Amino acid sequence: MSPYIAIVSARIRTLLQYRIAALAGMLTQLFWGLIRTMLFTALYSSSSVTQPLTYGQAVDYIWLGQAMFAVTMLTIDQDFQEMVRTGTVAYELLRPIDLYGLWYCRAISKRISLIVLRSLPIFLIALLLLDLHPPSSLAACGAWAIATLGALVLTSAISTLGSITLLWTIAGNGINQLLNVAVLIFSGIIVPLPFFPDWLQPLLNFLPFRDLLDAPLRFYIGQMPPESILILAAHQLAWILGLIILGRLMLAAGLRRLVIQGG
Amino acid sequence: MLDSLYLYSHYLSISIRSQMQYQTSFILLLVGSFLSTGLEFVGVIVLLNRFHHLQNWNLPEVALFYAIVNISFSLCDMTMGSFVGFPNLLKTGEFDRFLLRPRSALLQLMTQQLTLNRLGRLLLGFAVLLWTGLTLHLVWSPAKILFTGLTILGGASFFLGLIILQATLSFWTIESLEILSIVTYGGVETAQYPLTIYQPWFRRFFTFVIPLAGVSYYPILVILERSDPLGSSAIAQYLSPSIGFLFLWICLKIWQFGLRHYRSSGS
Repeated sequence: MSPYIAIVSARIRTLLQYRIAALAGMLTQLFWGLIRTMLFTALYSSSSVTQPLTYGQAVDYIWLGQAMFAVTMLTIDQDFQEMVRTGTVAYELLRPIDLYGLWYCRAISKRISLIVLRSLPIFLIALLLLDLHPPSSLAACGAWAIATLGALVLTSAISTLGSITLLWTIAGNGINQLLNVAVLIFSGIIVPLPFFPDWLQPLLNFLPFRDLLDAPLRFYIGQMPPESILILAAHQLAWILGLIILGRLMLAAGLRRLVIQGG
Repeated sequence: MLDSLYLYSHYLSISIRSQMQYQTSFILLLVGSFLSTGLEFVGVIVLLNRFHHLQNWNLPEVALFYAIVNISFSLCDMTMGSFVGFPNLLKTGEFDRFLLRPRSALLQLMTQQLTLNRLGRLLLGFAVLLWTGLTLHLVWSPAKILFTGLTILGGASFFLGLIILQATLSFWTIESLEILSIVTYGGVETAQYPLTIYQPWFRRFFTFVIPLAGVSYYPILVILERSDPLGSSAIAQYLSPSIGFLFLWICLKIWQFGLRHYRSSGS
């Protein structure tokens, strides 16, 4: 285990250096949150139809969504893409460590650093200065924290899978962009999932994407009872295991036919 | 001028040919840009399906706001480049080479990165525009078509102005100013909904400081033939797209000022 811990901590320390870029990203998210909350204010104030979320819950959903945006969104690891393009990925194969584990560590380090640099500041600003409410109860807060931890592990598995697809296409952006479309829409970032039509809910509940954002948030806003954390954790765990196995299989297949470009 | 246009079209054709070399990647990126822009629209549909209307605006009306701003922005984004690498050109001193060539530096920068795979956004914008026109039974008289065209061009000029402004500021900061990207991309997001939904200070910012409303909200009222809940006059609405061209002109002046005061970083 210890080499992995070393990799994660080294990587996090590197990534935490990019504070100015994080500031710009943070302001973007705050701006987006502002537009969204104004949109929902207008929607709620001009409609009397009963909605799946109360206005306060919807606003909380938006701010928490903006806080978790950078962590949830699938971004290509630029360093990794460069490694594949230039052929230095060959060095990765020489390292005396499990390759999937190494790449997974890279992915999770990236996300942990994003939580520190992006999520926490946005969360605090929204809570202290804007209209985000505190969690609905202590139990809700606990369930939210556990679910967010599960989301972190799951999003890293999805992201590692995205990186592995880069072994097939050098340009590679295409598949990742499509995967990202699925993440954006089905995690609840674009529109809170409760607003989707009722006939679509079973599909949304089955897919792994809601576990990334929507499910943890529903604990926070008190729309899901804290007890159901067990069901959610099982759902998350099943997808995590499934995606890790898929990732390992794809990596093995990719390495069998790997041709190193450049040199 | 004619010479520049010729050169621009030449750059454009080179760019199309080079991007077509990676056909699969080109098509995937095109589909991707179509889908990721489409997502936002799916969001609008989902919400209006639940709420039925946004203030006094129904779905096809809101969709028109969405269509116009996305067409404008994608025209600018695809054909004028995004100046993304500009601060880097300054940092490395590479920009000095641009100045030695006997053509305007701006033209060279504009043609650095033509991302035609963003065509997806444009196509989607036109599809939504068409749908809106059919659903609302808008009568497309020649005058209205001309006005819509001018609005779109005004919008594209507005976004080009913003991008040039952002690049100009880099002359002094030698850093990329991400803050202004927020105004550019955030502006696209903002203009996807009618201005009336925003708070007064926000409306004022996007009308008087950054004249985005002039190329989206006000002309769209004319196209929809609706009176303004905010109480602007019809004449102002008709004239409003010209603010986009004026904004571009001002930004070009600022660019020229910046260029005159440019000192190479020397590295």
